[in-house]
Amino acid sequence: MDDLYRELILDHYKSPRNHGELDPADGKAHGHNPLCGDDVEVTVNFAEDVIDAIRFKGRGCAISQAATSILTELVKGRTVSEIADLDKQVLLDELGVPLTPIRLKCAILGLGVLKVALHKAKGTPLPAEWSGADDLMLR
Amino acid sequence: MSEVTVLSSLDARRLRADFPILGRHVHGKPLAYLDSAASAQKPTAVLDIERSFYETSYTNVHRGVYELAAEATEAFEGAREKVRALLNAQSTREVVFTRGATEALNLVAYAWGLDNLGPGDIVVVTELEHHSNFVPWQYVAQRTGARFTVIPVDEAAELRLDALDEIASQGRVKAVAVGIVANSIGTVNPVEDIARWAHQQGAICVLDAAQAAPHRSLDVQALGCDFLALTGHKMLGPTGIGALWGRAELLEQMAPFNLGGEMIRSVTLERTTWNELPHKFEAGTPPIAQAVGFGAAIDYLASVGYEAIGCHERDLTAYALEGIGAIDGVTILGPPLERRGGIVSFVVDGIHPHDVAQILDYEGVAVRAGHHCTQPLMERFGITATTRASFYLYTLEEEIDRLVEGLGRVKKTFA
Repeated sequence: MDDLYRELILDHYKSPRNHGELDPADGKAHGHNPLCGDDVEVTVNFAEDVIDAIRFKGRGCAISQAATSILTELVKGRTVSEIADLDKQVLLDELGVPLTPIRLKCAILGLGVLKVALHKAKGTPLPAEWSGADDLMLR
Repeated sequence: MSEVTVLSSLDARRLRADFPILGRHVHGKPLAYLDSAASAQKPTAVLDIERSFYETSYTNVHRGVYELAAEATEAFEGAREKVRALLNAQSTREVVFTRGATEALNLVAYAWGLDNLGPGDIVVVTELEHHSNFVPWQYVAQRTGARFTVIPVDEAAELRLDALDEIASQGRVKAVAVGIVANSIGTVNPVEDIARWAHQQGAICVLDAAQAAPHRSLDVQALGCDFLALTGHKMLGPTGIGALWGRAELLEQMAPFNLGGEMIRSVTLERTTWNELPHKFEAGTPPIAQAVGFGAAIDYLASVGYEAIGCHERDLTAYALEGIGAIDGVTILGPPLERRGGIVSFVVDGIHPHDVAQILDYEGVAVRAGHHCTQPLMERFGITATTRASFYLYTLEEEIDRLVEGLGRVKKTFA
């Protein structure tokens, strides 16, 4: 019934993987959802066109933080262009929980922030839902 | 339900029979609706009158010469009279129907503010305000070059009236806009004192009664304000209908807000003149059936009695403060019971309010999580969101028990 808080989510929330900050970092972005206060910063390092290392930090609800943690495991070792094109459904399938529209935003915050970091560092296209985002979202 | 009786308390269990939605289940559990501060549920008296109005008397109001038009106009204007009586206003000319409290407050901010504010003037709101009584004033102040300032709150989220002298020393205070009951945290403000202070400064006083009108009787003469905004949907009425009360002499001086049909007296190629009050501020076809439903909601509230409603909500709030306050790791924000409406807003250590509300939902308990349209207040307390439970005439103690039990489950999930 409360599938949303299944073991995987709680485990990643309580023990986030790849947590912290890379310094120096090849790419960096920060995202904030003012509606609920979810906050995520992602730093990445590349080995040519491959995501070699990734870290995140932030605060917010269990979904936003666990989804970002799961995302970091999903993308490490994959190419920049592959992740820039990554459909959010791939991450959602990984989460494996039903989400209402308002919680969907929590779940894909980290993915959006990562795509912005790739855009800034490698010039990949900005995801549609983030194009036109104001400073508040992309600060 | 039309008989007016004075009760010291009310029988919530009996009243619940009037609210069909309260019989439903959510996730297999009976719904415990603890979000009436966001919007109240509707009694059959409101639902039935809207339907029967559409089925028997509906058409557009005011200009038709046929029988239906007369009936529809009579029903619509009858609802206006109910709002007038509710507020003890002098005349229905002072009651403007709006889409809700937000539009009512925007009406004052624009139609009064744009012509009466300028550099050197001060617009005062409070740190407690809902964005609907904050953003329009901030915006109109910026448009006119007036200064925008807030009355701060103390640690218990109560207004610091000691700051008023300092505010008055900064320029000409021209408008003071305050909520009677703070929506996100429940503070009941000393609005009579603030209205008196506003008038001493030569300012107008605008009261946001959206969160007060559902729960306490209001008398605009006793409050001493110049404008008051309320909304139907928090008062058991339909959405899309609210009202602005304003002193006739101020409304008469003001330019119109929306322009179009109904609000005009005559239109020529050269110029347009405005209709009389209150129609000058009611451009376009109004929410007619919604106004009729709003009138039925006002009747329903009168039949239960504000005294009984207030008494019931005080008991529930005391019960909730005790039950929620006893849970380890839960911090309740806001003032003591004596100066609090039926709202308990709290944070749980280390658990985001969205997660709290989501797990409570699995228990059938509906509470709100978020900033409650009061981001400046959240920032004041160094948080981004709270979980808020709010109560009304149909709320039962056992629903608060289920909230408290649910919070135990929240803590267990995240342990």
